Amino acid sequence: MNRIILHSDADSYYASVECLYTPALRGRPMAVCGSPDDRHGIVLAKSEPAKRLGVKTGMAIWQAKALCPSLQCVPPDFDLYLHFSQKLRRIYQAYTDKVEPFGLDECWLDVSAAGMDWAQGERLAHAIRRRIRRETGLTVSIGVSDNKVFAKLASDYKKPNAVTRICPENYRQAAWPLPMSSLIYAGPHTCQKLARLGLYTIGDLARADAGMLEARLGKNGIMLKAFALGLDQSPVKAVDAEETIKSVGNSTTPPHDIRTPEEARAILYLLAESVGERLRKSGFKGRTISVTARNPELVSHTRQRTLTSPTASTGQIARQAIALFEQQFSPLLPFRSLGLNCGQLSGEEAPVQMDFLGEAERNDRAQRLDQALDSLRYRFGHTIIRRGIVLADPAFNRVNPAGQVIHPVAFLREDGVSYARP
Amino acid sequence: MQDHDRRNPNKVYAKVRADHFPDGRILPLMFRVEDGETVRIDRILEVREAPSLKMGGQGTRYTCRVGARELYLFHDRDKWFVEE
Repeated sequence: MNRIILHSDADSYYASVECLYTPALRGRPMAVCGSPDDRHGIVLAKSEPAKRLGVKTGMAIWQAKALCPSLQCVPPDFDLYLHFSQKLRRIYQAYTDKVEPFGLDECWLDVSAAGMDWAQGERLAHAIRRRIRRETGLTVSIGVSDNKVFAKLASDYKKPNAVTRICPENYRQAAWPLPMSSLIYAGPHTCQKLARLGLYTIGDLARADAGMLEARLGKNGIMLKAFALGLDQSPVKAVDAEETIKSVGNSTTPPHDIRTPEEARAILYLLAESVGERLRKSGFKGRTISVTARNPELVSHTRQRTLTSPTASTGQIARQAIALFEQQFSPLLPFRSLGLNCGQLSGEEAPVQMDFLGEAERNDRAQRLDQALDSLRYRFGHTIIRRGIVLADPAFNRVNPAGQVIHPVAFLREDGVSYARP
Repeated sequence: MQDHDRRNPNKVYAKVRADHFPDGRILPLMFRVEDGETVRIDRILEVREAPSLKMGGQGTRYTCRVGARELYLFHDRDKWFVEE
């Protein structure tokens, strides 16, 4: 049986939701932008008219305004985008239970059914597109294919409010002339490498010698060639497939640069609070602590260390992170942003190796303290109890300790991808 | 002023009295906008998910008959507003 996979992508998602709620913005060049006061002053999404004037995602607000002086900038409302993301997902689930989200605004749907042909698949895509428009006022572009890679490619092919099919009959004409960067998992780095081999389009990649690709890019070379040939066989993960958490982390860009070790300590404490809380909430302990620092030139460095025993205690995570920072990063101050990540997770109930120095016992006490703090915060809110160190700089109070709700998604997960060897 | 929407000052949220059924359905009975009169809904003609084109927003749209008039009452997350 032929698989029929759809990839549905909401057009200019954040901007469309804002226009839906603000009639005065419709049909105007507008952009959803981070707050310049908190130094997140970049374009996160833009409306169709702004796009036509050359405004691009990731541009600084002043660059965008230079291109388009009448550009209206509005602040983002992530709760609202999350709400619509769930609404869209519920609509998709009316058609199939195999819905795999990819970020807030994209989803793969496996709508295969016995005896279904391409024309029916395309009709179904149009029906979903029309229903979303009618019920939510948003438009989506849907790609139809027999694999996830080409379905995603097809949804980018024609926008907005369109359906495109890339199937075994037409992929040579439709997909092969496209630039390499439009292929999922061909990032800027890989594209550069491929360009050095004289491969610029998806077709170039499909026709390239497999042995040569493997020699230059390893396993990934073969995988990309398989993608270009439409040989991707990755399943669309059903809705209820739980994602295994592999690490818990958070990062922040405070309103001003981190100039002194004291400021770094305060930020690391804030991050440790949120990482620790999330670890405990999901019932994990972590064994490796890594700190990522990004300097004002946007170059980032990561260092990590492994603990003797896993922990979920805020204090211990913070102490380890601060020690790591002081060892590795102190001479390199100032930094623009800091991140803290906790990996090698094990279950909370996993057995603990006791030692003669009573460290496990101390950890246990620290953990009870954390639990008490967690329950206070759960009942009375995040600001009910805070570390003194965090109050040192009022600017850092704006750093949100609950962490961002939107986590980046990876296409390549363990047993997420499979393909036929070309 | 808190009845007015942050994005569209012309959009005013309403006070609504409604029946909440055990299956989760909600049927509005009457509403009041700011200091206006309480308006009794005579009949609900249609209920469906829809965007609000004039006021901005999206939610469950109740097409209501009030006397000889027809109007839309929107339930968007936890708030209600009228579109005529």
